[in-house]
Amino acid sequence: MLRTIITLSFLSVLISPVHADVNNCITCHQEWEDNDGPSFKFSRDIHSQNGLGCADCHGGDPTLDDMDEVRQSKNYRGVPDHLQVPDFCARCHSDASYMHNHNPSLPVDQLAKYKTSVHGQRLFGLGDKKVANCISCHTVHEIGDAKMPHSSTHPQNIPKTCAHCHADAKYMAEYDIPTNQYDDYKQSVHGIALLVDNDLGAPACNDCHGNHGAAPPGVNSLAAVCGVCHALEAQLFDGSPHKAAYEEYDIPMCEICHSNHKILKPTDAMIGSSDTAVCTDCHAPDDGTKGIYTADSIKTLIRDLVEARDSASVVLEDAKAKGMMTVNEEFLLKDVNQSLIQTRTMVHSFDVDSVAPRAEDGLAKADTVRVNSLNLIDEYYFRRKGLGIATLIITFLVIMLYIRIRRLER
Amino acid sequence: MRMSENNITRRSFLDWITDLGVFALLGSIFYPVIRYLIPPRTGEATKNQIKLKATREEIAAEPQKAKYFKMGRLLGIIFITDSGELKALTATCTHLDCTVQNRPDWGIIWCACHNGKYDYDGNNISGPPPRPLEKLIVNEVGGDIFISREKT
Amino acid sequence: MAKDRSESSLIKAGYRWIDERLKIDALVEYMSGKVVPRHGHSAFYYLGGITLFLFCVQVVTGILLLMYYRPGADSAYESVRFLISEVTFGWLIRSIHSWSANLMIFAAFLHMFTVFFTHAYRKPRELTWYTGIGLMGLAMAFGFSGYLLPWNQLSFFATRVGTGMAGSIPVIGKQLMIIMRGGEEVTGATIGRFFGLHVAILPALFTGLLTLHLIFIQRQGMSEPIAWATKRPEEKKYMKFFPNFIYRDALVWLIVLNILALLAVVFPDGIGVIHWALGIKADPFAPPPDVIRPEWYFMFAFQALKFLPGHVLYIEGELFGMTIFAVGGLLWILVPYFNRHPAMDNRSKWIVGFGVFILVFIIAMTLIGYLVKQV
Repeated sequence: MLRTIITLSFLSVLISPVHADVNNCITCHQEWEDNDGPSFKFSRDIHSQNGLGCADCHGGDPTLDDMDEVRQSKNYRGVPDHLQVPDFCARCHSDASYMHNHNPSLPVDQLAKYKTSVHGQRLFGLGDKKVANCISCHTVHEIGDAKMPHSSTHPQNIPKTCAHCHADAKYMAEYDIPTNQYDDYKQSVHGIALLVDNDLGAPACNDCHGNHGAAPPGVNSLAAVCGVCHALEAQLFDGSPHKAAYEEYDIPMCEICHSNHKILKPTDAMIGSSDTAVCTDCHAPDDGTKGIYTADSIKTLIRDLVEARDSASVVLEDAKAKGMMTVNEEFLLKDVNQSLIQTRTMVHSFDVDSVAPRAEDGLAKADTVRVNSLNLIDEYYFRRKGLGIATLIITFLVIMLYIRIRRLER
Repeated sequence: MRMSENNITRRSFLDWITDLGVFALLGSIFYPVIRYLIPPRTGEATKNQIKLKATREEIAAEPQKAKYFKMGRLLGIIFITDSGELKALTATCTHLDCTVQNRPDWGIIWCACHNGKYDYDGNNISGPPPRPLEKLIVNEVGGDIFISREKT
Repeated sequence: MAKDRSESSLIKAGYRWIDERLKIDALVEYMSGKVVPRHGHSAFYYLGGITLFLFCVQVVTGILLLMYYRPGADSAYESVRFLISEVTFGWLIRSIHSWSANLMIFAAFLHMFTVFFTHAYRKPRELTWYTGIGLMGLAMAFGFSGYLLPWNQLSFFATRVGTGMAGSIPVIGKQLMIIMRGGEEVTGATIGRFFGLHVAILPALFTGLLTLHLIFIQRQGMSEPIAWATKRPEEKKYMKFFPNFIYRDALVWLIVLNILALLAVVFPDGIGVIHWALGIKADPFAPPPDVIRPEWYFMFAFQALKFLPGHVLYIEGELFGMTIFAVGGLLWILVPYFNRHPAMDNRSKWIVGFGVFILVFIIAMTLIGYLVKQV
């Protein structure tokens, strides 16, 4: 009896759950891989961190240590080729009930979306082995959560990830699309905001193109895409005469004036009827629309406001340099700058009557700043005048005293 | 000691004019002192509490049911919610420093620059803003509205 | 000398009313007999009065500032900012207070050195000298305590360094520093202490010592030059204190007032390196300003200590420096004991030499402190 108990206990230890965690895949592969091989990288992978192992994707029996046996073992899937990768990942990632047990908040439509994308259509439809599949962007064996700074899908790394192919002119030669997007993007306000100023609110490639369903936005949906953040401009544009006109002539909204990737800080030179203005790309002075008139009127309003702000600023700086307290005026100047922002935003209504009130508000405030600063400068001179008067009185008294002393000691 | 008529006249003229000078000197000292002692209109120094120069009715009458105010170097916004509650937040967007506005039609505080959205407690709920707006304390006493900052 | 007939009958009547009640005629008789020697160095006699005048300006402007200043880490800076930007003539009151403080200490230095070099501290005027030294110390304490009160970056870090140096005094240093700071670090508690010191304790002590100082001077009269000891009475020229010297004093005070007003209006934030622009509020966690300087009247000690090597003959450098200062200071204070002989003799020459050395040392160290780029 006792011997039975001991033997059974011993055997149960051998087959106990301790052995189920054995991962001979890692152990063996680490022996013959170099330091950046998959078996070394895998601990950084989010799947590993969530308790999944090699066999969960590649199949096979992780307790075995002979490769031939592994290949024959249950469910061995091996290494998928380029065209098989999407389905390989989707085996779990499109399975809602499976994902529910691991990360309920993750979406499960990535494969469906991928199939609508240019990459997906070419991979599945044409068997193109050069287009991106899951691991082209997410990497493999060191897949990181997009919130992690080192992850290839972190917003600040996405431009580089896409550029890996899309900026490679030789690689993209057969596809007949430009390869300067990354360069353009890096010079744009969005690129600088995201990559230089660390503003994670700025869009990367996927914010406009989508990530799994990546495709260039259609000509008419471009405004909606920009409008996600630039809602007010989009709303103003929709109410403007340009909306119907652009739809009719299939002109890409936003992009036609602001470009798509190389979006630079807009300048006041863009509006008006001069050569630098974008208005003259379509409008001529007698084309039957109010276009040029509106452009010129708006330009004048903005220019006046900028001049008012600048001249107020000069007076303010003078008062400040004279040592006067200018805190309140500086505050008000910020308001003037706010008015300027609003006026420039209102340009997108392409309607003088909408732009004018904002500009006038700003002009009034700029005038207040200017007047207050002039008052401060007056105060500066008043102080010196007061000093002069006090000096006169004191000097007078000094002379009087001197005379009295003289008389006393005569 | 006899003194000539001229001397007496000159002396008392000099005395008189000296007294005038002393008076002028005292005046030029007391004038600034008196002006100094009269408190300025803006009341007191600490910028952690202000009394709003508007009433609840005036705020409600605004098209966006909100008013802006200055507290020290801070710009703030005070607004009335649907339930009639008065709330106040800092009005500088935490993204790129634009001035936010109340959108009673959407029930949120909105930043027009990049479509940033905050709820009425200041939490950043959508768009680029990385941090919430600071919540300010509103107290209604009688007909007056006092706004203060939480002392950290 | 022509009699001063300019007193009006109103004043005469007023004096009669007081005398009938308080019998001050004898005292007035005594005081109207006071005379002031007239000689080549008579000009120095005015320096004490200038210091006194500037102190009175400080008291008046200080009381006015009290109307708006609020001590405390949350209110001090804000109240000063409010004062100089919103309060009518607030900038002027503050500017006068700052300028007068610096001018007063400068005048006090001049007064002390001229008294030293004319040997005016000799018997019977030792007590006047000792009270004067006390007043000098109190004046510098006024300056040190007042400097912190605006609670801006400049003053915060200067105070931190200054009180830190007090901490390196042997034996009592650490405890002294904690008492000065009201804690281990410079905080709002320090403002409280310095404020109480600046507006209550120091004024009380100063007034007491000043009263003694003035009584002594009135009782003993002005010191005469050593050369006069051998002069015949008719060779010595005097002028009456009342009203001749008083008029002259008033004249000098008016000129000083004018200079003060000029500086206060044209340079409200100081000149060059001696400045007190309000700047930004004290922030203990921000990096300190590039150059932390004490007030100019402490600069010589600050700079001298910087020159000392880490160790001098097994004694820690700073400790050595402070000891030297303490010994030098003690010799300076006790100079009436060392220089008792009325006439000029060899010892007097040594003492004058010592004084010249101290003067040159202070000037040199102060200049170096400001002109040589700090590493």
